[in-house]
Amino acid sequence: MSTQKTLFDKIWENHVVAENDDGTSLLYIDMHLTHEVTSWPGFESMRNSGRRLRRNDALLAVPDHVIPTIDQAGGIKDESSRVQFETLLKNCAEFDVPLIPLLDKRQGIVHIIGPEQGATQPGITMVCGDSHTATHGAFGCLAFGIGSSEVEHVLSTQTLVQKRPKNMRIAIDGELPLGVTGKDMILAIIGTIGTAGGTGHVIEYVGSAIRALSMEGRMTVCNMTIEGGARAGLIAPDETTLAYVKGRPLAPSDELWDAAVKYWRTLPSDPGATYDKEISLDANMIAPQVTWGTSPEDVVPIDGRVPDPAVAKDEKQRDAIQQALDYMGLTANQPIEDIKIDRAFIGSCTNGRIEDMRAAAEVAKGRKIAAGVSAMVVPGSGLVKAQAEAEGLDKILLEAGFEWREPGCSMCIAMNGDILKAGERCASTSNRNFKGRQGRDSRTHLVSPAMAAAAAIEGHFVDVRSLAS
Amino acid sequence: MKTFTTLSGPAAPLPMINVDTDQIIPKQYLSAISRAGLGKGLLHDFRYDSADKEKPDFILNREPYRDAKILLAGDNFGCGSSREHAPWSLDDFGIRCVIAPGFADIFFNNCVKNGVLLIVMEEAKVNELMALADNPQSCEMTVDLEAQSITLAAGSSVSFEIESFRKHRLMNGLDDIEITLQKDAEISAFEAKQKTTMPWLYRG
Repeated sequence: MSTQKTLFDKIWENHVVAENDDGTSLLYIDMHLTHEVTSWPGFESMRNSGRRLRRNDALLAVPDHVIPTIDQAGGIKDESSRVQFETLLKNCAEFDVPLIPLLDKRQGIVHIIGPEQGATQPGITMVCGDSHTATHGAFGCLAFGIGSSEVEHVLSTQTLVQKRPKNMRIAIDGELPLGVTGKDMILAIIGTIGTAGGTGHVIEYVGSAIRALSMEGRMTVCNMTIEGGARAGLIAPDETTLAYVKGRPLAPSDELWDAAVKYWRTLPSDPGATYDKEISLDANMIAPQVTWGTSPEDVVPIDGRVPDPAVAKDEKQRDAIQQALDYMGLTANQPIEDIKIDRAFIGSCTNGRIEDMRAAAEVAKGRKIAAGVSAMVVPGSGLVKAQAEAEGLDKILLEAGFEWREPGCSMCIAMNGDILKAGERCASTSNRNFKGRQGRDSRTHLVSPAMAAAAAIEGHFVDVRSLAS
Repeated sequence: MKTFTTLSGPAAPLPMINVDTDQIIPKQYLSAISRAGLGKGLLHDFRYDSADKEKPDFILNREPYRDAKILLAGDNFGCGSSREHAPWSLDDFGIRCVIAPGFADIFFNNCVKNGVLLIVMEEAKVNELMALADNPQSCEMTVDLEAQSITLAAGSSVSFEIESFRKHRLMNGLDDIEITLQKDAEISAFEAKQKTTMPWLYRG
């Protein structure tokens, strides 16, 4: 076996507590983030079985999925969601779990607040009962989503029983054209590998176009890695990473910072390390992307057309395309730019960061959203909201006719009342265009924040680069 | 956890690729703090119209598939959200075995934890089983985990592969947490060492 190790190999091997006889490993988990929807069974079971919480200094809780984005101070109206939210508070109090409460300015989407608080650090293992935990891999940590039973396993043991995934490498070299973002990059990648392309693998993203991304852009790329079937995405830590982490509340400081940095610099994959699967893309060729169907792999560039089921490679694919077109109310070969929208949603753990707010505001500045379109911007956290307001972005967006909301998951999962009506078509910066995801019989097109803002202004999809002032 | 040994009953075909966990169990079932009754929400939008009335044509709304015990699905079944409500709803409905060409990773792990057997089988074979399952006269199947075989209505059988660790866990209904807690000393030793090599991770 090669002695050259990948970034993934190094993190994995540094966290194996024991190798089990059956080929699985007992893996130590350094940081566990949690929220109201998937944590209650674990706490309930600990209570019933008398098991203790192993480490409360490696756990951070925040409510995000069910909370309103209007009048948060007024509380949660839906009875069931309110009980679930209150259960999180009660569990955190009972088990002494650090919690960022609802009206705290640090509150926000779990995958936004982890990095903001410095809980996300290179070289660690990190989990959360949420598939978009992949986000944190942008820092060069092994971060993956788990179910409620595994949440309970981590609460009680600080470990997980895992089968070692394989290594996959995606190289994106060249330079993204102006107006093309990390969101377009990851959509193009998923369009290339398919939604099951990464199954069983951890994907390491490398190449000059990845290096050139900000931490926000890298988080967007890693976030949607799960949409390509891989549980985790990874980007090796570099100066950009260190500059982001330094000074955050949970990040190491002083001599511990120096020790951590020394370790973090050993993490990047060794030259010559081998991967089980390798893909490469040319960043220069990536245009703004728009999904047309009901799977994130159903994606084309903005100057493209809705596909024709007649040219599908087999019967199942043809059925899948036809079903998607029927659901989406689209016709074969329709130009993407001709698709009119009713709503725009800018936010989520994919695109709810300050850079995303800036991109939307830049497009909105001095313009108005189209008649008949309603558009909302939901900052990913209270800190993002405060920063955006300090920069005057809220005013620009409000003047253009966008709503400026309070932070939460909002219409990405549509559990909090922010929901599309049947038949409504939305340009959304979220991560899933699944049937019914944003509301029963609603139609979601995934795009970047700039593209969502541009669609809101024009009333239909448009290449944001053609709007440039 | 419930053990899985054998399972007999109607197999229902769902010949669609990329059936995600939002489709298996939609958002309105996620705000409860109970697993009870999730079977009603299984494949909700396929089974009910917007007025919450059953769609008579959908496979699980027809006899004998109302009592389906096995689901035959397309590739990448269970992709998307990590919600464990997906296996909970399958189990609550009575489906404790899903056969497909491929499954998404998180869903796969969640099923093991809930005693739901996932069988990965090449697409051509799944298609053959779907054709049999499509006919109420030949949809009865018996899955025997120990023998790694599926006995069909006509009496013939099909074998399947499964990793030994998953087979062992399912057959014995093992509680992973109890097994892991037996390694408490090893976990403590790991922590003691990590405190010296990565001290910044210990804030307590």
